[in-house]
Amino acid sequence: MAISRRDFLKVIGFTGVTSAVATIGGVLIGRGEDILKEIKPASKVRWAMAIDTRQFKTDEDFQKVIEACHKAHNVPNIPDPIRQVKWIWVDTFEKAFPTIEHEYISEEIKKRKFLLLCNHCDNPPCVRVCPVKATFRRPDGVVVQDMHRCIGCKFCMAACPYGSRNYNFYPPREFLSQVNPEYPTRTTGVVEKCILCYERLDEGKQPYCVEASEGKMFFGNLNDPNSPVRKAISENIVIVRKPELTTKPMVFYII
Amino acid sequence: MFEYALKGKPRYWIWLGFLATLILIAFYFWNLEHHIGAGRLLGLHRDLTWGLHIGQLAFFVGAAAGAVMIVLPYYFHNYKEFSKITVLAEFFAVGMVLVAMLSVFVVMGQPPRVFFVLLHPTPNSIIFYDLIVLSGYLILNLICGWTVLHAEYKGVKYPAWLKPIIYLAILWGPSIHIVTAFLLQGLPGRDYWLTAIMAPRFLATAFSAGPALLIVLALLAKKLTGFDVGQKAIDTIAKIITYAFIINLLFFGFEVFTAFYSGIEHHKAPILYLFFGYEGHTEYVGLMWLSMILALIAVVLLVIPPLRRNETALVLACLAVIASVWIEKGFALMIGGFTPNPFHTVTPYIPTFPEFMIAIGTWAVGFTIVTILWKIAISVYQSKEKGVFIKS
Repeated sequence: MAISRRDFLKVIGFTGVTSAVATIGGVLIGRGEDILKEIKPASKVRWAMAIDTRQFKTDEDFQKVIEACHKAHNVPNIPDPIRQVKWIWVDTFEKAFPTIEHEYISEEIKKRKFLLLCNHCDNPPCVRVCPVKATFRRPDGVVVQDMHRCIGCKFCMAACPYGSRNYNFYPPREFLSQVNPEYPTRTTGVVEKCILCYERLDEGKQPYCVEASEGKMFFGNLNDPNSPVRKAISENIVIVRKPELTTKPMVFYII
Repeated sequence: MFEYALKGKPRYWIWLGFLATLILIAFYFWNLEHHIGAGRLLGLHRDLTWGLHIGQLAFFVGAAAGAVMIVLPYYFHNYKEFSKITVLAEFFAVGMVLVAMLSVFVVMGQPPRVFFVLLHPTPNSIIFYDLIVLSGYLILNLICGWTVLHAEYKGVKYPAWLKPIIYLAILWGPSIHIVTAFLLQGLPGRDYWLTAIMAPRFLATAFSAGPALLIVLALLAKKLTGFDVGQKAIDTIAKIITYAFIINLLFFGFEVFTAFYSGIEHHKAPILYLFFGYEGHTEYVGLMWLSMILALIAVVLLVIPPLRRNETALVLACLAVIASVWIEKGFALMIGGFTPNPFHTVTPYIPTFPEFMIAIGTWAVGFTIVTILWKIAISVYQSKEKGVFIKS
């Protein structure tokens, strides 16, 4: 059967349009690939911390670390224990590791105190739930909190399985004895937490807590086999909080 | 048509004035909270950051979704008995979804920043979807209810373009409840919420407590205005409530079985805390058993047909369903989710008077809207019944 002139033109037209679209699409795809090539590969740095719980003995050992952090970050000193703001604090084994706690573990471990802070998880539930990207994960693994973006919905506090997030139940500025002008103060109704001193990491310094611990905490790039944290983890027995949730905490505890 | 909302008996204005007073009281406390800090006014704390208000989100989003049980048979199955109550159900949903949205809004620590949710859309956050589905459901129900009623007012059939919107609204209904359940059920470490039955349970409570509240309001409207939605309609809704409520209780049983037969301590702990006490804390044991007893009373009243058909018994059954579901979902659901806390200890939460007043204020907004919209709808139907000629 002969093809009518009309059908022939239809086919030609259709083919023409299709190839034009394909060509333009191909050009765009090609350009996209070029653009991707120009973007630098994702950061190879993965900051992590190991806390040598054997070395923390006296209250003073803990206080030095906590004060260094809280003073530098203008963390308010709120007396109400259930509405405190704390970026780094101390608790018992039983409370820090409730899922692996056992009545017959060594008395020494039971009495030992543990520094608790944000775990800067590799798989952070708080980042997943934030509706405004006020909390986000940097390529180097630091989970940051933007107190000026936060709407105070407290979803992240429901999501965090470590109780590491703080809501400003009180106007925080009323509870500051001195203000560090280098770091912002906050307003009531926003969430805040440890930011792993990302502003110091960017300057090549260590976090305040690590510096104040005088060798009791190890910090560095987990991807670098020669970093202090990597060495500390490979040479000692370490545990993390609630590993069964697979949030992949980046704060390791040397036992 | 709106003119019907502007004229009414003194009791209409007194009721609206009463609701407005409640709203003003709530506004006062809400405003105060943002000046002196939530810690000085509310019972919330580090270990329980979502309390009474997110509970109201869960409950009222259910009430709103419950309207689907009336709208769906009417439009999908052409169930004519629901012709008089369908518009009322849609307007009821508008008010209830507004309570749900306001309940989230009052939780925000920085209300002026709340539009960041739209300015910085974040599709990995369930709140983003909740905002979309809630506001969508509000608008859809307002359009559907208003247009159908307006057609009734003019004495014509509703326009054809509305049909797809009506169908969309029906399909949209369950989504508001599923998404709200997803807020809770996807969080690691919150064992009371981390269960796939959460969304089905939300639907079952919605399809029982929502229509139950609707029946109570419809019978109240009958008493006050003489507008009868029809005995058959009420009977059918009562049957829907019976099935949905029994399914809800079964779901709860599944939950208890999984937690206790598996023997996993962390799954048992919240249920133990609520019903029996945990580590010496027994704050809500009495309230939880009250909820259970109310549930049993409701089942007895609903399952026995002569009781279900008796108006007084039915109202009592509906009130028992509402109270039982409110305790369990509008209140204890939050407490169970946050207790024990991440350190496996108990920090009790007792909502304060201002907290209750803020919640009551959000209810008052919803009921103001329902009152006004129902006033309009009932006036339209009644003027038609009386054969009053309406100028177009």
